[in-house]
Amino acid sequence: MAADRYLSRVLTVDLTSRRFQIEEREDLFEKYLGGVGVAIQLLKEACPKGADPLGPDNVIVLAVGPLTGLFPLASKTVALFKSPLTGNLGESHAGGRSAIAIKSAGYGAIVIKGVSRTPVYLSISMRGVEFKDASGIWGVRSSFTVGRVIRELELGAGVRTIMRIGRAGEKLIAFASVITETYRHFGRLGLGAVFGSKKLKAIVVRGNRSIPVTDPNEYRKLYEEIYRGAVESAVMKKYHDLGTAANVLPLNELKALPTRNLKNSYFEGAQEVSGENLAEKYLSRRVACAHCPVACIHLAALREPYLDIAYFYKTVYVGYDYELIYALGSMLGVSNAHGLLKLIDEVDTVGLDAISTGVSLAWATEAFERGLITEHDLLGVRLRWGDWKAYVEAVKLLVERANGFYDTLANGVEEAAAKYGGFDYALTFAGNEMPGYHTGPAAYIGYLTGARHSHLDGAGYSIDEAAFKKGEKLTPRQIAELLLNEEAWRQILSSLVVCFFARGLYKPEVVVKALGTAGFQLSMEQLKNLGFEILKVKQAYKIQEGFNPETLKVPRRVEETPSPQGPILASAVKEGVRYYFELLGVQSHMKEVGQG
Amino acid sequence: MISVVKRLSIIDVERCTGCQLCMFACSRRFGVGGMGQSRILVRSAGGIERGFVVVVCRACLTPPCLKVCPVDAISQRPGGGVIVDPSTCIGCHRCEEACPFGAVMWDQAMNKPMICFHCGYCSQFCPFKVIALEEVTTRS
Repeated sequence: MAADRYLSRVLTVDLTSRRFQIEEREDLFEKYLGGVGVAIQLLKEACPKGADPLGPDNVIVLAVGPLTGLFPLASKTVALFKSPLTGNLGESHAGGRSAIAIKSAGYGAIVIKGVSRTPVYLSISMRGVEFKDASGIWGVRSSFTVGRVIRELELGAGVRTIMRIGRAGEKLIAFASVITETYRHFGRLGLGAVFGSKKLKAIVVRGNRSIPVTDPNEYRKLYEEIYRGAVESAVMKKYHDLGTAANVLPLNELKALPTRNLKNSYFEGAQEVSGENLAEKYLSRRVACAHCPVACIHLAALREPYLDIAYFYKTVYVGYDYELIYALGSMLGVSNAHGLLKLIDEVDTVGLDAISTGVSLAWATEAFERGLITEHDLLGVRLRWGDWKAYVEAVKLLVERANGFYDTLANGVEEAAAKYGGFDYALTFAGNEMPGYHTGPAAYIGYLTGARHSHLDGAGYSIDEAAFKKGEKLTPRQIAELLLNEEAWRQILSSLVVCFFARGLYKPEVVVKALGTAGFQLSMEQLKNLGFEILKVKQAYKIQEGFNPETLKVPRRVEETPSPQGPILASAVKEGVRYYFELLGVQSHMKEVGQG
Repeated sequence: MISVVKRLSIIDVERCTGCQLCMFACSRRFGVGGMGQSRILVRSAGGIERGFVVVVCRACLTPPCLKVCPVDAISQRPGGGVIVDPSTCIGCHRCEEACPFGAVMWDQAMNKPMICFHCGYCSQFCPFKVIALEEVTTRS
């Protein structure tokens, strides 16, 4: 039995009726722990089949787990919803103070349903929910400003989270993000647009509850062990120093860094936008999510002159990470560090997912180059590789859905290619724009099979890199097996909820012990099986909602650009996809309806 | 009489990353997880990009919180700071209001103040050496 009975409290908020209720769902948390394991069950219960992601029936589930608030790096919240970008399962993880706040307020999960008549923001505490009028802050373009305003209005400084949308969420951009604590994001798959469709500008959660454990002495001892591992061991080192930006040069050396819409996989301008250079010239502060000793959030100080007054400057702080450097840097041919930071800042201000934005602009740049779209379509913004000023302008137009073209692009690359052409170089996988790794076939099999179409589902890039180092060539079946095993175990990490950066720390033996202090008695075998079960439930849900592994496409560009493993064959990728679903044992949609 | 006592000092607040591990450590010292029992508070200085503020008892030599207690539940700790006697305390909040740093935390469940007594457990978990137990020598 869980030592903390508040873990299994589920807060359901109905935006339509402006009511809330709290239920005990021990049945869910005892079986599925928390996080994604519980959230997928809650989503299935609350969201009707075939619900429109931007309609009133879509549901947002935010979930934390048994280790939240107890151990270092158990710092993330899982958000589950139907994605307006893919039309299917949306899953996004973020830290900041979100997880700690939700757990401290006395909830294991928060379910948000319905739609508000007028703009609203939620103020959630141990007492319940206040529906606060957001008509004044609706229309505030900058996610930074929204945070600054709400910070002054609400109690709980230091023990609260402020999750908010910028203009992009309000305008229902399919890849709009939700920003928390300024520099962390529920980035992918369009949670921001779901907020926007519900007229939900922000959610504030605060709390200061104590969390009981089974044995305080055992708990303190184990904590100290895990803490030492987090600050001393080599597994965490990469994130301490340069942050995720440390990946830029190594990936470039491997020739796996997607450049100029993946025309190349080596970026001659990588040095300037590398983690090393950004740290040397721009890094001004490192900050951390709550309960993380690493502080991987790297803030660059961007000093800018005003052109209309002499010697008049401002300094803004821009968070940078590998994915942003890839998507808004190499993918667009932007090698000017200052320009890259300005572009990141614009994207964060309006609240867009950086990866989807970069890949969409990359497609648009190539489409323009090839004459598929015109200067008229672009409203005069002549997109050119490396021209970050043009990209900043394009982002501004995209977020306003300024004309027919930007309106279409705002729904993602897949829809843009469907209307204008250029499928061969539309780098979207099951509707989600590609992450920054052109390492080999495993990366792409992973983008297609991963439940959230992320490089983090099964870490295909890591499988590719390991094979490359050993000089091995893995078969599609071997890759599928490795991806599946990794993704299944990560369901457990996402149920605790632990940040994947600590995956080297939270090995199965450690997880078993940590769960023990929270009152869960599970063996490593049981945990591993549970991971597979959760993954099956997620994939079955996706298939129910229309996901069809058999019709997945691999854009031609992937085959055209050589990877460190040589050319990638679409046929091999598709074979890997087939094996993955075969091994998982989830019937494909096609088979279910008796076709093929 | 010369007394050498230790107190929890903020060495350099600019090094703080806002990880709040000190807050979790303090609660853990009292046998629970979460931050509910924490006598130290870390919050942003108005936006995370502006850095952090670490709020904790400064071990005043003439504590204002002690001065305002109407029932003498707060007594002087040798070398600075205070000790609260919860069995005398009536939960009136005057000490909380009197502290200019906001370092008197409040235990909602018990309706009593929580004030750091400088054990230093939190400083063992600060990865960036923001806080440390320092010796304070006083003559009296």
